[in-house]
Amino acid sequence: MRLSQLEVGETGIVKEFTDLEMSVKLMEMGCLPGEEIKISRIAPLGDPIAIHVSGYQLSLRKFEASTIILQ
Amino acid sequence: MKADIRVALVGNPNTGKSTLFNILTGLNQKIGNFPGVTVDKKTGFCQLPDGRTAEIIDLPGTYSIYPKSKDESIVFSVLADKAKGMVPDLIVVILDASNLKRNLLLYTQIADLKIPVIVALNMIDVSEKAGIIIDINLFAQKLGVPVVPISARKIKGIDQLKTTIAYANKIALQQDTIDVDTIAPKLVAQIQAEYKIDNPYLALQLAHQHETLGFLTPAESDRIEELEKEHAFHSQKAQASETIARYNFINDLLYDTVKKPETAHDETVSNKIDKILTHKVFGFIIFFAILMFIFQAIFSWSAYPMSLIEQLFIKLQSLISKTMPAGPLVSLISDGIIAGLSGVMVFVPQIAILFALISILEDTGYMSRVTFMMDKVMRKVGLNGKSVVPLIGGFACAVPSIMSTRNIENWKDRMITIMVTPLVACSARLPVYTLLIALVVPDRNVWWVFNMRGLALTAMYLLSIVSAIVVAFVMKFILKSRERGYFIMELPVYRMPRWKNVAFTMYDRSKTFVFQAGKVIIAVSIILWVLKSYGPGDRFAQIDKAFSQPKYTKTMTPDSLEKVIASEKLENSYAGVFGHVIEPVIKPLGFDWKIGIALISSFAAREVFVGTMATIYSVEGDADKMESVQQKMHGATNPDTGKPVFTLAVAFSLMMFYAFAMQCASTVAVVFRETKDWRWPAAQFAYMTALAYSASFIVYHLLK
Repeated sequence: MRLSQLEVGETGIVKEFTDLEMSVKLMEMGCLPGEEIKISRIAPLGDPIAIHVSGYQLSLRKFEASTIILQ
Repeated sequence: MKADIRVALVGNPNTGKSTLFNILTGLNQKIGNFPGVTVDKKTGFCQLPDGRTAEIIDLPGTYSIYPKSKDESIVFSVLADKAKGMVPDLIVVILDASNLKRNLLLYTQIADLKIPVIVALNMIDVSEKAGIIIDINLFAQKLGVPVVPISARKIKGIDQLKTTIAYANKIALQQDTIDVDTIAPKLVAQIQAEYKIDNPYLALQLAHQHETLGFLTPAESDRIEELEKEHAFHSQKAQASETIARYNFINDLLYDTVKKPETAHDETVSNKIDKILTHKVFGFIIFFAILMFIFQAIFSWSAYPMSLIEQLFIKLQSLISKTMPAGPLVSLISDGIIAGLSGVMVFVPQIAILFALISILEDTGYMSRVTFMMDKVMRKVGLNGKSVVPLIGGFACAVPSIMSTRNIENWKDRMITIMVTPLVACSARLPVYTLLIALVVPDRNVWWVFNMRGLALTAMYLLSIVSAIVVAFVMKFILKSRERGYFIMELPVYRMPRWKNVAFTMYDRSKTFVFQAGKVIIAVSIILWVLKSYGPGDRFAQIDKAFSQPKYTKTMTPDSLEKVIASEKLENSYAGVFGHVIEPVIKPLGFDWKIGIALISSFAAREVFVGTMATIYSVEGDADKMESVQQKMHGATNPDTGKPVFTLAVAFSLMMFYAFAMQCASTVAVVFRETKDWRWPAAQFAYMTALAYSASFIVYHLLK
């Protein structure tokens, strides 16, 4: 399952990434394998989304979220 | 000032780094350029408790030393460039105590460079309130560096931080965080040997970043590239495994030293505010209300100080002309330099207000929500959520708006925003529009409510927004992006604005504008003054001689004679001659040589148009009186055909020209300052002039 498939309020645990370049940037921001992610909200026009990860709120586009595979 | 030690501040964005910098240095700061690179360098001085002086360097906020933008690439460049002596004696890493995990990534990278480090644990009050218990002694012991808990907002712990800076060790004492040698052992060893680097992590970073480091020669960079191929080094894979190793270290560290409350309190205040501010409906309503407020504030609040500044300069001008003997020098000072200076200073209130409001929006965390909400719309036309604010600010003045684009991290998005912001109808176009509309559009109502003149003005404003969006859309395909477009952005928690920071930003930006753009404006106004005040050959002497004949001196009042002479001289000045020279070019747009002079002289600033028209048509009395200019222009006839000069077609053609042409020396100067490459303002000037010419041409021939 991909992070982009979760609904608001749902949580998942990061398993791996499909895009190496994106994974490096996401991991720097605390999205690491084993980390729990919760979808906080979706922007009014449906994209980007905001997630709760490693103690803070991060926003990313749905495309970026689709490169994160959940357990 | 000579500093005894150099201290660099490093930290994530939103950790209160700038607040700490302001507290440590006060008004003792200046902005310059890092040697050899085009990024602003903020430095200041701080008195230490032992009597020594520390030079504090504020480095751009970054999440890691792997740079994502040009600004961020500075951090590693400064810390690694031993040759230029930029390497600081001490690094203060600022960590947000309420968000330690992500903040510690940067710390571990910096620590492994083995430059002496101390940790400032900021927002300790916030983390305590959230129930986070940090064993600071154990934390410091595990890292091997001094850890000072502070609260920059509440100015707590600052003295202790200064003492710690004063007594910091000259050699690095921090513990190793990860085993760097395992990442690329052979490559690192070889780089260390060839470049005589004792630190393995520094060597590894050279392998990652050699392409963007200015202090490496092309030959050195190529050699590193060669070594990488030899050892099959893959930068992104290496970075990924390094990041995972670092987070393993961090997780272990936090497990031992930090106790978090068990209950996940998700319904924080920030979350509640976000539910309203990023709501599907209310979110946009609130956003547009805030924009309207900014728009209003820039116009209405600045009106009084602006007119005060103008009055001050007019007084100064009359004081000089009264007290000093008349002559070219006095004329140069009062009509050239002071007139130019007043053109700079008059923008200061608008700049100050816009930046105060923008820094409040930034500081509270609202700006990142605007980006969050607008990203999808703006992306469609090649812009970014953050482009919204500069574009709206453009209604007041493009200059502060272009300065505010620094908040846009993505290079391409920022460049497009800079390129299209001057298209938005700024306040300098207003006097030109109102004058020309009043000249040709009848004062009649349509459908009872709408005034035709009001509609014409609204149309000009709408045209400006539409043109900015269309040009942005076109540029999206022209500009080649060096970066892959992505959007990964922190949404910081809402906080009260730090009023001191707001004041600093206002002061800082206004000062930068006055000194940087000011130089260019004064230069341009001096050149214009020379072009208007001197003519080729003895043309001016002949005019003086001709008008000293009794048939003029007897029949005309000295005042009106002076105006006629001034108008005659203008026609024969270099500016006037130039107006005649360009007449064939502007004739297809419906303009004559007199309008040509106005076009040339209003290159410096659009509002000069009205004043030039006043001089050319030798208006009686006050040159700023619109009515008199309007009447004269209304009565102006073409000597060849006997028909009026300002027809509907000419007036709208002129308005189109003023809508699109980049007639603003301040904008040119500020675009150069922000891009630090003259090709950007040149390209902007070229495309806008081309657009202006074709729009004028089409409108003139449609309405003729």
